Amino acid sequence: MSFENYDWSDVVPIEQDDGPDPLAQIAYDPEYSKAMGYFRALAQKNEHSERALTLTEKIIEHNPAHYTIWHYRQQILFSLNKDLYEELDFIRNQVEQNPKNYQLWHHRQVIVEKLKDCSLESSFTEEVLNDDSKNYHAWTYRQWVIRTFNLWDNELSFVEKLLEKDIRNNSAWNQRYFAIFYNPTKPSEEFLEQEVQYGITKIKLAPNNISPWNYVKGVIAKSKLKIDVLEELCKTLYQQGIISPHALGCLVDIYEDRAKCGSINEKELGIQTCILLAEQHDTIRQKYWNYRKHVLTSIA
Amino acid sequence: MGPKRVSLDSRALEFKEDNISTNYIQPDDQLLSCFGWIFRCLFMASTEKTERPSELFIDLHVKYIQSLDTKKDDLEYWLTEHLRLSGVYWGLTALDLMNNVDALNKEEVVKYVVSCQHDNGGFGGHIGHDPHLLYTHYAVLILQIEDSLDAVNVEKIVEYVASRQDRQTGAFTGDEWGEIDTRFSYSAISCLSLLKRLDAIDVKKATEFIMLCKNFDGGFGSTPGAESHAAQIFCCVGALAIVNSLHLVDADLLGWWLCERQLKNGGLNGRPEKLEDVCYSWWVLSALSILGRVHWINKEKLIDFILTAQDLETGGIADRPGDMVDVFHTLFGLTGLSLLGYHGLKLVDPVYCLPKYVVQRVGLAERYHAKYGGFT
Repeated sequence: MSFENYDWSDVVPIEQDDGPDPLAQIAYDPEYSKAMGYFRALAQKNEHSERALTLTEKIIEHNPAHYTIWHYRQQILFSLNKDLYEELDFIRNQVEQNPKNYQLWHHRQVIVEKLKDCSLESSFTEEVLNDDSKNYHAWTYRQWVIRTFNLWDNELSFVEKLLEKDIRNNSAWNQRYFAIFYNPTKPSEEFLEQEVQYGITKIKLAPNNISPWNYVKGVIAKSKLKIDVLEELCKTLYQQGIISPHALGCLVDIYEDRAKCGSINEKELGIQTCILLAEQHDTIRQKYWNYRKHVLTSIA
Repeated sequence: MGPKRVSLDSRALEFKEDNISTNYIQPDDQLLSCFGWIFRCLFMASTEKTERPSELFIDLHVKYIQSLDTKKDDLEYWLTEHLRLSGVYWGLTALDLMNNVDALNKEEVVKYVVSCQHDNGGFGGHIGHDPHLLYTHYAVLILQIEDSLDAVNVEKIVEYVASRQDRQTGAFTGDEWGEIDTRFSYSAISCLSLLKRLDAIDVKKATEFIMLCKNFDGGFGSTPGAESHAAQIFCCVGALAIVNSLHLVDADLLGWWLCERQLKNGGLNGRPEKLEDVCYSWWVLSALSILGRVHWINKEKLIDFILTAQDLETGGIADRPGDMVDVFHTLFGLTGLSLLGYHGLKLVDPVYCLPKYVVQRVGLAERYHAKYGGFT
């Protein structure tokens, strides 16, 4: 039943009170104004009823970021003992128009926490990510579900699917790291070495994309490997005529490490690479590369 | 029709790189804000601007913000009821940076802020809206600009903010409903710092939680494991600065991640492979500034980008050139320019997003700016 069909004759709507000379007035839609008038009246007496629930739906339609309305809705749902699976459906319908609304995502979390049932959440987030593979809310919510309900097992293959669609999806790379390193089951050294090789393969597909570089370096940092393992990759790319600032930057990192261990030759190579980046291949970040050059130059 | 909101269309861009094309890059429109989000009506400008503005039209922007104070029936909705308080903060701060803080009547502003406070000390986004940490923070920011803290019950504010901390994890919830996010850590720490009452929370635990949100790329996310994002990075770095824990940040690594946000057109994005947006001129630059590395951004190109996002007909600044303006992007375009030393604007404090003179008046020193040896 839509909110207009309920009997509101006993309710005196409370009008918006912005004060005598309101700061920044808003011209409201009359339907929205009416609904808000009823809301203020119902909220005042803390009414939890079917008509109140329908009213919240109406207001959310107009203003899905109205967080007070979401709170009210939650209270009504719980006190009327409503079917929370229906509510999950409601949220699913809303998320299409408002995929990046904080209140909506947290509302789902509150409902799922109450239900203690996560069975629909993997497909729910997958659906949203199909529409927008970088939706931050979807990813952080998915992480919450995985952590809370221990759903680690299939996450790597999910990430794999997304990386196949778009190798440059930074969110997916982040999720890969999450799936491995936030997992209560710690990865073996062998697994990490495989991951580095995996990263190298993907870098070759998109050497100018920063995500696999960051990922691989992150994995190396957690393993017994050193960043040198990327040296061959960086040099090969350069020899093939593929200019990637990330590859060159990685060489700077490698050379800096070796310079710190006393290699004068590599110190010079590092300096030259910084100059190459500052003056030719990443000029917009000239000042950063000049800083790196300075750091290298200062190594005794 | 009521307050119109049109979500930004996903932009279809052919992006060729490394002989592989990706289908599209999604604009990162609604994720950003440490300070909430607003409705806006967005569409590409129907007329192409042939002139590229090479200066900042301050008078126009002052008039634009003032015009938001009058009842309007047209589509330029700049705020909605639930975050009117945020809108006042954005507008007021922008005006102050443009040396026009009195363009909004001080008494009215203070009266309005006071009317948003609840018995438990928290503030809602508007009169009659539930209390929330974000709006409580905005309230304190506004009252500091207006030098009118005495108009409200400060002790109650402290009580409310402190009650938002989970003493086991150190994290902060936005309100009683339990959403956790490093945005709230920042709001709480900044708010209490401005009230000189950091003693009311467990700072050590708060810091521990923030550090749990540090990622392999040196950045920070909203919760442990969440993707690094410039707005969250600002929140975490700002909070760490306030509690004197900047040494926990890998400034070179994070500084590089941040300056890597700069695209060829000079604009900044919020994470890799996303579109540029003027508001990142704040999130990215403020974090870099706190880390003492703001010069790693190509200044001229970014200034050019921000100036081109001005609307010379209506005043105000948009998220990118050609789009509709709003007060949120107007503020962050201005704060970005201020951090880049643009003339005609007051200096903005990169930690508090307040004019520096306000922070100085509160008595908070600039202890927190990381030094890295003075190399420029």
